[in-house]
Amino acid sequence: MKPRTKFLVGGVLVLGTAGYLMASSIRQTGVYYLTPSELSAKLKTDSSFTSAGVKVGARVVPGSIQRDPGGREYAFRVTDGTSTFPVVYRGIAPDTFTDSVDVVVGGRMGTDGTFQATELLAKCASRYENAPTNPKYKQTAGYRAGAGRA
Amino acid sequence: MTLIGELSLWVALLMAAWSTTVSYAGGALRRDDLADSGVRGLYATFAMVLLASIGLWTALLSRDYSLEYVAGHISTNMPNVYVFTAFWSGQAGSMLFWALILSMYGTIAIATSRSRNRELIPWATGTLSAILLFFIATTCFKANPYTHLDFMPIDGRGMNPQLQNPGMALHPPNLYLGYVATAIPFAFAIAALFTRRLDAEWLGVVRRWTLLSWFFLTIGIVLGMWWAYVELGWGGYWAWDPVENSSFLPWLTNTAFLHSIMIQEKRGMLRKWNVVLVVVSFLLSIFGTFITRSGVIESVHSFAQSPVGTWFAAFFFLATGITIYLVGTRLKDLEARAELESMVSREAAFLYNNLLLVGIAFAVLWGTVFPILSEWATGNKVTVGPPFFNTVNIPLGLLLLALTGIGPLIAWRRASVSNLKRQFASPAAFGVIVAVLLIALGMRDVYALVAYALCGFVAGTIIQEFYKGIRARQAIHNESVVAGFVHLVGRNRRRYGGYIVHAGIVMLFAAFAGLGFKTDHDITLKTGDAYDVVDPYGHKWRFVSQGVSTSDRPDRVSEGVALETFRDGKRIGIISSEKRQYKDSQGNALFEKSTEAGIKSTARLDTYVVLAGVRDRDTAEMRVTFNPLVVWVWAGGFVMMIGGLIVMWPQAEKRRAQAGYTAVMPPAGAGAAAELPVTV
Repeated sequence: MKPRTKFLVGGVLVLGTAGYLMASSIRQTGVYYLTPSELSAKLKTDSSFTSAGVKVGARVVPGSIQRDPGGREYAFRVTDGTSTFPVVYRGIAPDTFTDSVDVVVGGRMGTDGTFQATELLAKCASRYENAPTNPKYKQTAGYRAGAGRA
Repeated sequence: MTLIGELSLWVALLMAAWSTTVSYAGGALRRDDLADSGVRGLYATFAMVLLASIGLWTALLSRDYSLEYVAGHISTNMPNVYVFTAFWSGQAGSMLFWALILSMYGTIAIATSRSRNRELIPWATGTLSAILLFFIATTCFKANPYTHLDFMPIDGRGMNPQLQNPGMALHPPNLYLGYVATAIPFAFAIAALFTRRLDAEWLGVVRRWTLLSWFFLTIGIVLGMWWAYVELGWGGYWAWDPVENSSFLPWLTNTAFLHSIMIQEKRGMLRKWNVVLVVVSFLLSIFGTFITRSGVIESVHSFAQSPVGTWFAAFFFLATGITIYLVGTRLKDLEARAELESMVSREAAFLYNNLLLVGIAFAVLWGTVFPILSEWATGNKVTVGPPFFNTVNIPLGLLLLALTGIGPLIAWRRASVSNLKRQFASPAAFGVIVAVLLIALGMRDVYALVAYALCGFVAGTIIQEFYKGIRARQAIHNESVVAGFVHLVGRNRRRYGGYIVHAGIVMLFAAFAGLGFKTDHDITLKTGDAYDVVDPYGHKWRFVSQGVSTSDRPDRVSEGVALETFRDGKRIGIISSEKRQYKDSQGNALFEKSTEAGIKSTARLDTYVVLAGVRDRDTAEMRVTFNPLVVWVWAGGFVMMIGGLIVMWPQAEKRRAQAGYTAVMPPAGAGAAAELPVTV
């Protein structure tokens, strides 16, 4: 065999293994990324979908965050405007997790309609820029300067 | 100054358009006057973009809140350092920053290689100006930092405290410096393809600028990791987030090129491949900027979503199309001058090195864009996370690590058995000893054992090379070890600088392998309560809560917890963590809360404490993380930077120049060029 052929065989072996690893790990660890509406649509057509791990990107309903004082449990609701559902998460929430922030929750939908999250990512409200929450502040010129750009 | 800056931006747009047109015309019509005018146009563009940038800096530092960008990114009470860095903290400013670096790089690259690559210059200038035109146009029309407000705010919105960190001040400009530097090799590659002058001459410029790009990307990525680790409070430094991946991609292809170029220099092989790598590095840089700026892929970084994305997509596909056409029509000019002679040779080792680097890049790219691909193909968005990247990249990375040891020592063309024995007997033995020791100490994780054995092997090859080199010098020059080391590195900067970079890589791999032994402990402590835990090395730790304190300062309210810490019964000090809420002068909350992690670092272990929350005034909820070997990530990054500097230092080439290999060019833009290799 010519060295060139040998190299190509080796290369195909390496890339083939890499390709196999990629395919198998996508099968095993890839999860659906859905909006709340898409998730409820899927649940309607396929009730077994509750067993599948999914990620849902949605916005936290303002004022819905409840923190269990005993442990690190958070209960809140998320929405995309049309579909809303409750979420329970155990663990440390990121600093950026506050009212009406965009979040990605990973986990599965329970049969009771509550999403059991094992992962909670919060997106920075506005690319690391100031996001004042006090409505009075919104009247000031300083706020208007950046308003509408979040 | 604001007005001058704003006008300069528009003049820069015209200049770039002019330079693009006349440069390409000069190249196509072989008219030197047009080509020269194009070059002057590029210089003028740089001058105008510089003025526009100075204008924005002036507006920022003088707190001119009539500009939306100034009002939106800084506030009166911010330290001037961060007001200065606010230049690139937003979309509009970072576009201008891109244009500034690109025009500066372009000016330096053209000025320093003008006399040597006359044929290429018009095409390279035209291509650079075209890229500049795109960036300046995007800045002018889609993200203009000179947008005025119709009123004058009393104060600006300020900058997120998480960004007011030295790491974050330096991380973006380094990444930009790295990203943008890929444009120079790209421009010269396009020029070489256009003119079909695909011999070695254009490679000198391309190698130096790729090295520069690699250097800044390395610094930028490591700084980003460091910032995420100390500032974000999640105990890690890399999460395979799309934005992180997009900085890693051009780094991988740059690294591949810096290796494969040696094969082309020595043996005339891989000529097509090298052109493709150069082009791909640039396209990945554009792609990276596109990802971070467009919001097409979900990322926790979440930059502004804006129409800039569409412009970038258009530019990306245009550049890709032109390149595919050019490479496709010039395949004949890129035939290899030699063939692979043996599988046991340096060529083969480098070929596999490239295959692995590009394979990793492909896997990372695939995982990053998979949500989009799967949505196109099946209508369902499927995401992959760290498990995907780790499953694929750990085996490939370990193979690559093995080649890091093999590649530099194996003979060119065809290695003999005696060559293999001489070079690899001791390092291989060293690797085996490391593995045996670790097994004896109780390590059972297979990946980690393989990683440390390979780290030992590669470290062995590097030490052996330095040892042999220094011994040889001592034998001839009768030098001390230190003098021998200094002269050895000084006389062969490229080779020994490369080894130093490899030593940094070994440190990084050792640190990454340590991640497998990381442990997390969620604990809740009242004042005076103690928590006992065993770290991954088997040491007994005790944390005693000293209570929760709150402080109310003019700019922030914070809650903190202090833990008196003992290791194996010996007191080692206090570790404290804080949660801060920044506020403005009226007491309104600014931004989200931020965490100050408490980190106790040693060479073997980081003890990382994060305050998650406080309840009942004195009960602190915390996460304690034992993070083995994290310091070696920063150390490895630093060593790679030093190695990179040694390789790039112009002195090495001057010496060769004096020996008659290359001509020396004086630097054109003296100040800015001080750190750049200026020989041709």
